[in-house]
Amino acid sequence: MPDTTQALIDELAQLITEGLNLDINPKEIDADAPLFGQGLGLDSIDILEIAMLISKRYGFALRSDDTDNTRIFSSLRHLATHIAAHRST
Amino acid sequence: MATPHPLIDADWHQVLLYRPQGPVTVGQFLSEAMSLADRLTEPSAQRPGLHPFVVNICQDQYHFMVGFVAIILAGKTNILPANDTPAALSQLMAGEPHALCLHDRKAFAPPYPHMIYPASTNVPLRTPSKPNLDSAQIVARVFTSGSTGLPVAHDKSWGKLVAAVQAGAQRMGLDTRPMNLVGTVPPQHMFGFESLVLLCLISGCPLWSGRPFYPADIAAALNAVPEPRMLVTTPFHLKALLDAHLPLPKIERLLLATAPLSRALAERAEAATGAALFEIYGCTETGQIASRRTTQSEDWALLPGVRLSPAPANLGEHLFIAQGSTIKTPTVLADRIQMQPDGRFNLLGRTADQVNIAGKRSALSYLTAQLKAIPGVIDGVFFLPDAPPTQAINRLCALVVSPTLSLQEILSALRERLDAVFLPRPLIGVAHLPYTASGKLPQATLHSVLAAHLARTSPLPATWHIGGDHPAFSGHFPGYPLLPGALLLDWVIEQAAAEWQVPSTELGIEQAKFLLPVRPGALIRLILAPIAAPVAASIAASAATHRSFSVLVDEAVVASGMLRHRSPV
Repeated sequence: MPDTTQALIDELAQLITEGLNLDINPKEIDADAPLFGQGLGLDSIDILEIAMLISKRYGFALRSDDTDNTRIFSSLRHLATHIAAHRST
Repeated sequence: MATPHPLIDADWHQVLLYRPQGPVTVGQFLSEAMSLADRLTEPSAQRPGLHPFVVNICQDQYHFMVGFVAIILAGKTNILPANDTPAALSQLMAGEPHALCLHDRKAFAPPYPHMIYPASTNVPLRTPSKPNLDSAQIVARVFTSGSTGLPVAHDKSWGKLVAAVQAGAQRMGLDTRPMNLVGTVPPQHMFGFESLVLLCLISGCPLWSGRPFYPADIAAALNAVPEPRMLVTTPFHLKALLDAHLPLPKIERLLLATAPLSRALAERAEAATGAALFEIYGCTETGQIASRRTTQSEDWALLPGVRLSPAPANLGEHLFIAQGSTIKTPTVLADRIQMQPDGRFNLLGRTADQVNIAGKRSALSYLTAQLKAIPGVIDGVFFLPDAPPTQAINRLCALVVSPTLSLQEILSALRERLDAVFLPRPLIGVAHLPYTASGKLPQATLHSVLAAHLARTSPLPATWHIGGDHPAFSGHFPGYPLLPGALLLDWVIEQAAAEWQVPSTELGIEQAKFLLPVRPGALIRLILAPIAAPVAASIAASAATHRSFSVLVDEAVVASGMLRHRSPV
């Protein structure tokens, strides 16, 4: 369901830019660019803050021993797919 | 006169570490370390020659521990880098031509001598005598950020480390009751090195091999080790853990360091976990030197053997030198300190150059030097803005002058050199830095450059187009309709509440000036900005609770003043 994923991607982009106070327009975030390092340039502090925002909004806790953990944060699209599969709210 | 100290102070069959696959005894651990030590001493094509130094960047705590002990058993010294970005490691390796890099990263093929942590093999159990180390032996070299932009090395001898860790263990009652350790901090930094690696080796406290990150990971790691448990973490991870409201097993001790913890958070942590919370104070140069029970006292008590004496007055007010039996080189502390008559002390704040971002320390002069060292950067400066109201972590800001590089290119170059927490948010390109006539860069000026930048780039400026048919204009005043000031202020509060995500009832207008009338049809725009430090001091306002506001029509300010939130937001 690409429409649902797109809606979730937009929602996440908004959540992340607002929650982290990023100097960037949420609409300009490339859904397929890496969130760490060269892409959006997030670091581990941001990831923990995003994890808190996600657990509040979507009602599930992220774990680093999830087998595809590196994949989850590799892009906004992968994060959205992971949330869609695990959300309880 | 050097005296020997055991490298591991525990019995052969005692559990030294817990791994997901089960507990590891001292005997198994030492056998594995000896096997790795053998491999470290044989030259190969990958790492020709002798390597008196081994840079240990293993991320798994178990790999790090085996590596640490193997390096010592091989007669070598561990180098523990403060920063393991590729460029920082290359710089470090270039400065240590006889070093080898031991790592547990996949797909890591640096151009310098390196060795991947050997994949688990069934190492035969050996029964050697337990190793003793000469107390003067240098087992580790750690680094601080030098103000010139080059890291400064500090060598750690086994005897001093043992003395400091034993004093800390005694303070927390671990000498009579060892606990099982779970840590969220890296073993390469002084806090994790002393409070995980060394507590495990010296004080018989078994260590969990993972480094949990998310709150759910921390809870799982705590559940994976038996009672009594001790969690070694930072205020940042602790707050995230408490905010997650996960069920936690019984924790006996919480040990924190890296940034002072608020009493409120400490009380919340003790109530939620049943633990006694201790904070450790120290720095890379001295190691741990003091502790406090945060819920009982704001004051820090020095560890046995440590003393503080006033630093020479020309260095600055409230500065002290730490020295004593646990400290190799007397060191001027980077915090300003108030001594109490009973020998305890109070922290008054860090010296202006020192920054602490989410528990990681650096110096503004070091960060500035790194920025200026980028080819193509003509000038630049790092500074610490006042905390923004909606963010838990205060980030650094930098101004940069570079006619040839884009901001993205400069950020990429910085990312290679610095730990990501120190990257500027934002990095602002300027034509030249705002030097005063005497060549200084006052904080207030830097802050106003930032405020102007934020006002310019605010992605969604709050605007209000006031139609001529707005009911407020009727009768206000006949023939000369004006928007009433009270209505304008209500709008300011509403917008600020939305921006900060707080109820508007918690916001108040502290001061307001109306400079120009607002006429029907105007498009008004709101700018919220941090208040400048001198202003804050003069009106006893706080950067955490106050913001200045300006209401603009076109480029003219029609009203300005100050907003206050009831509690820090």
